[in-house]
Amino acid sequence: MDPILIFIQGLNGLQLGVMLFLMAAGLTLVFGVMNLINLAHGSLYMLGAYLAATFQQRTGSFLLAVLLAIPLTILIGMLIEVIVLRALYDRDHLDQVLATFALILFFNELVRIVWGPQAYFMAAPALLSGYIRILPGVTYPLFRLAIIAVGLVVALLLYLLIAHTRLGMLIRAGATNREMVGALGVNIRLLYTLVFGLGAALAGLAGMMAGPILSVEVGMGESIIILTFVVIVIGGIGSIRGAFIASIAVGIADTFGRVLLPPALASMVIYVLMAAVLYWRPQGLFPAHG
Amino acid sequence: MAKKRYPDLRQIVLLVVLAAFLTVPLFGELFYTRLFTRIMIYAIVALSLDLILGYGGMVSFGHAAFFGLGAYTVGILAQHGVQTAFVAWPAAIVGSALVAVVIGAISLRTSGVYFIMITLAFAQMLYYFFFSLEEYGGSDGMPLVSRNTVAGLIDPGDHNSFYYLVLVIMLLTLLVSRRMVQSRFGMVIQGVRENERRMRALGFATFRYKLVCFVISAAIAGFAGALIANQTLYISPAFMHWTRSGDILVMVILGGLGSLFGPMLGALFLLLAEEVLAGFTEHWMILLGPLLIIVVVFARRGIYGLLAGAKDVD
Repeated sequence: MDPILIFIQGLNGLQLGVMLFLMAAGLTLVFGVMNLINLAHGSLYMLGAYLAATFQQRTGSFLLAVLLAIPLTILIGMLIEVIVLRALYDRDHLDQVLATFALILFFNELVRIVWGPQAYFMAAPALLSGYIRILPGVTYPLFRLAIIAVGLVVALLLYLLIAHTRLGMLIRAGATNREMVGALGVNIRLLYTLVFGLGAALAGLAGMMAGPILSVEVGMGESIIILTFVVIVIGGIGSIRGAFIASIAVGIADTFGRVLLPPALASMVIYVLMAAVLYWRPQGLFPAHG
Repeated sequence: MAKKRYPDLRQIVLLVVLAAFLTVPLFGELFYTRLFTRIMIYAIVALSLDLILGYGGMVSFGHAAFFGLGAYTVGILAQHGVQTAFVAWPAAIVGSALVAVVIGAISLRTSGVYFIMITLAFAQMLYYFFFSLEEYGGSDGMPLVSRNTVAGLIDPGDHNSFYYLVLVIMLLTLLVSRRMVQSRFGMVIQGVRENERRMRALGFATFRYKLVCFVISAAIAGFAGALIANQTLYISPAFMHWTRSGDILVMVILGGLGSLFGPMLGALFLLLAEEVLAGFTEHWMILLGPLLIIVVVFARRGIYGLLAGAKDVD
């Protein structure tokens, strides 16, 4: 295979990988800290994209739209946590799957009522549209490079937050042993709401960045949430490091699968990868719990 | 528990529902006959999921895969000229069971959330496999020219005959499943759900018991898949989509885990609620979502638990 093609596809895989990481980081934190399976994480991704698309139409600025949409997505996320999910922390996973599945139905329909059934298209910001020469004779869309950059910066910030701040310490402690953190006098309820808000912000951001490369439509959340679950299960639930490595691996495996294999096999690649990982390591690559 | 003189609410509901099901075709409304045929088929799937979910504690998020496999078996055989139900339906059952042996043997190594996700992964693999299988319709799905024949004994092409055939199959499945969960095998399975380590210490090969239960459940789902292909006369990958697995899970939990009859009520309730709510507004899902959440939060044992009242809640 042509080395330039490999390079370009590698970048595409990396771009998909960082998008998945933005989703997976929030999901794995919510899972690790609250022990909650949140199928509706994809709904936050969808809402983030719709809000940004609307603000972009009104204001004409992509950056302004993102800056307005992120706090709103956080607010919606925290509202979901306070109204619905709080009642589910002590329940088994089955109840959580059912209730958050119901949330997906609700938000899909809500979006259909508010924004209508047709898909929206977001334009990439003028500064970042167009192509850039990355190697002699090789061009690459600037916006996709920007996604990779944003994803990596967010990953770094997240690492600093988790590894070097007091909030991060509580999150790590919560992922290891929730009861003990509560017993030591930490306001667990507030911590949960904050973690959920953080996850919502990351999911919303992923949705906003997906807007210009995919279309903004009802159901966009479902197509990515399944991939995201694959990522966090491969990475080991509750582990940000595992989520990062698994996101990049899944992004690259999926991208190259689509280039190299017939379509029937290509769509199956990541699921085969996941089944294989779970066969050898039933707890994922980096299990966070003991 | 043991000394109940009067039929309790659950038995009354069971009898009423059964009587209602017996009389549906008598009204002669094709719409209702078809609707209730569909409800009964989903009741069979919900029951099959309850065997592993409610009794075995195995949360499978990929049950629609076996449902779809059964449907595709019938469709593919029909395309190659096999019309008789005596071949097509056993093939659907055996085919689903064989695939379940492979999926179960790998998935059952994991537990908890990982089991949920690995079953989902396998279902997605099968979904994409049939999605891109152009010989058999690919993403568009494939039509079934006519219903399977039952050697001229009855005419499944007639909606009423097919209705009663499905009703008999549903009742037989319920009876056999009841016997199974009350048997020694069923007791071992429930023991594994409560405490697998203890069952192993007692000398049971728990993995094998779980696998057999998983395969039986898949075989029943495959059978239901064969029936749904005959009902809709159209087979598409949508039967295997993960949201379909979610729907089946909803039916089981809504109806009440580990009661066999409950999940069947769940199927009845969910599909009827769809029809009724869809009559009020095209945006019926915005009502169904919160309704489901309320059931999850406030009625922990599902509809069946509500019927039982407080006395049986342990």
